[in-house]
Amino acid sequence: MSSSTASTHSAESARGFVAGDPNDPARRTWITVASCAGAAGAAAVAVPFVSTFTPSEKAKAAGAPVEVDIDGMKPGELRRVEWRGKPVWIVRRTPEMLESLKKTEGQVADPGSARKDYPTPDYAKNQYRSIKPEYFVAVGICSHLGCSPGEKFQPGPQASLPDDWAGGFLCPCHGSTFDLAGRVYKNKPAPDNLEVPPHMYLTETRLLIGDDRKA
Amino acid sequence: MASEKIVTTTGLMGWIDRRFPLTATVQAHLTEYYAPKNFNFWYFFGSLAILVLMLQIVTGIFLVMHYKPSATEAFASVEYIMRDVPWGWLVRYMHSTGASAFFIVVYLHMFRGLIYGSYRKPRELVWVFGCLIFLCLMGEAFFGYLLPWGQMSYWGAQVIVNQFSAIPFIGPDLALLIRGDFVVSDATLNRFFSFHVIAIPLVLLGLVGAHVVALHEVGSNNPDGVDIKAKKDALGRPLDGIPFHPYYTVHDIMGASVFFIAFSAVLFFAPEFGGYFLEYNNFVPADPLKTPPHIAPVWYFTPFYSVLRATTEDFLLYWLSPVVVAYVVLVFATVKRGFAKIVGAAAGAVLIGGFMLIDAKFWGVVGMGASVVILFALPWIDNSPVKSIRYRPSWHVYVYALFVVAFLILGYFGTQPPSEVAGLLCKICTLVYFGFFALMPWWSEMGEAKSVPDRVTFAH
Repeated sequence: MSSSTASTHSAESARGFVAGDPNDPARRTWITVASCAGAAGAAAVAVPFVSTFTPSEKAKAAGAPVEVDIDGMKPGELRRVEWRGKPVWIVRRTPEMLESLKKTEGQVADPGSARKDYPTPDYAKNQYRSIKPEYFVAVGICSHLGCSPGEKFQPGPQASLPDDWAGGFLCPCHGSTFDLAGRVYKNKPAPDNLEVPPHMYLTETRLLIGDDRKA
Repeated sequence: MASEKIVTTTGLMGWIDRRFPLTATVQAHLTEYYAPKNFNFWYFFGSLAILVLMLQIVTGIFLVMHYKPSATEAFASVEYIMRDVPWGWLVRYMHSTGASAFFIVVYLHMFRGLIYGSYRKPRELVWVFGCLIFLCLMGEAFFGYLLPWGQMSYWGAQVIVNQFSAIPFIGPDLALLIRGDFVVSDATLNRFFSFHVIAIPLVLLGLVGAHVVALHEVGSNNPDGVDIKAKKDALGRPLDGIPFHPYYTVHDIMGASVFFIAFSAVLFFAPEFGGYFLEYNNFVPADPLKTPPHIAPVWYFTPFYSVLRATTEDFLLYWLSPVVVAYVVLVFATVKRGFAKIVGAAAGAVLIGGFMLIDAKFWGVVGMGASVVILFALPWIDNSPVKSIRYRPSWHVYVYALFVVAFLILGYFGTQPPSEVAGLLCKICTLVYFGFFALMPWWSEMGEAKSVPDRVTFAH
């Protein structure tokens, strides 16, 4: 050690200080290096702790896809199942209900489901917003602040609804309305259509909600 | 003239300093707090104890996010943390390894105080706060141990709480009050959760703060027992002192790094540590109807547990009673003050009467408590003219060594099932353990002390 300091000594004394002086920049370098190493270590330790905040295996398992049997549903019936803690509706629409969608086309804010905030799957980017026109699948949560809208399938004037009401859903919390394809009406608090979850038909009567990968 | 604050810092620091003693505190406790320059290996454990406390608090905070303090859900929630929570196993192992690490660090820290006379005047209060911290730490560990709701958790709690029922007259009602039920149950678990997570940590933080403040008020001792404040330079700085920051902050970072190497080795490769850090029986859910065949407290409680087991009827009548009589005779022979003699004789008589009249069960509990509480007395029973073991008469080293050996033997046999040999050895070691303290007023002033230098040394 002394030989290395002897050779640097003359160079450093020209700069006005000696190795070992508190102002020796070599010390600064080592403090910086050690601090950076320490910061990297601290970040590395923080990662597992922050990870404990993320959903656990149990939560992820609970979020797994749900199979629904739609056999025996009556026309106009709404069946409710739970997926990831949220209500998912399956509505067996009548021909009249499907007709009403043509009428509401001009009254809804996003008739083509083009908005990106709750992206509509490609197979639901149509007027009836589903794979099969007869069966409508949507997450029953209002896109405003999260309440679950109620069924208002009966057309005609009713409380809180316009005189030309064609049938659909009314959210009790702030009054947003949706048509029978879950499309939100214009000038309502809710900005988006009802979310269509990823889903696929395993058979004619078995629906898998939460997964749409074709094997 | 009103005392004016002299603030030399400018800018934001100046604004803060005129309203809050930030720079003043940093100076008083870090950059202008002078610690002896001859600290050795034994002086790492104080800062390590604070480090482990912070570790336990942080890992505890994250564990509480997933733990369920209910008799029906607790065990499963711990398994959930271990298996389902991302990195949960690491947080849990850090907390369990940290608990044992805490006791290793604290025992070594206390041993330093013992050998260097760190508890002597004017540091008695530092020692007293430290003993209180030790008591709180034992309570904290005990309450925390019930939380996983395993077999050892349940039966350990059952045994310790029942010890309170050994107290004459008020015992059974007291045990009922502590448990909140007739047996250890959900009610017990919930209140132990509160004690472990909130009550005792708050008390511990307060006591640790008081411990450091008391230390800083008088300054630290050192391996030579030399008073560094006796020799100061022209600016009032101790000649044998160095500012805590940057010297000991950097020194303690190095100590922390070595600690983390050892800690990580255990954490990642042997977190159960052969069943000593995480006991095998505790992987079985609590069953109130069946006690495990081999039950022992966690390793850090075993020395005191051995004292409890050694206190049998025979021990009280045939070992302790003669010892008490001999002790009273010693007091009479050597102590001058009449008052002390009367008190000594009376206490001796009460004690022997108590041994004969009250169950050994009670005296076992008393003995266990006394084996911890006797530590408080240390500053007042040490009569040696020198503080540090370095300058004591040479044979004092053997007295300390005997004490350590007795403590370790008591600890070892505390982990084992009872046996004839163990019983005998533990009785002997109990007498050695208490004798070390009880006879200290006499043996500490015997022998030829070496002359203490007036400047610190680095030779050892």
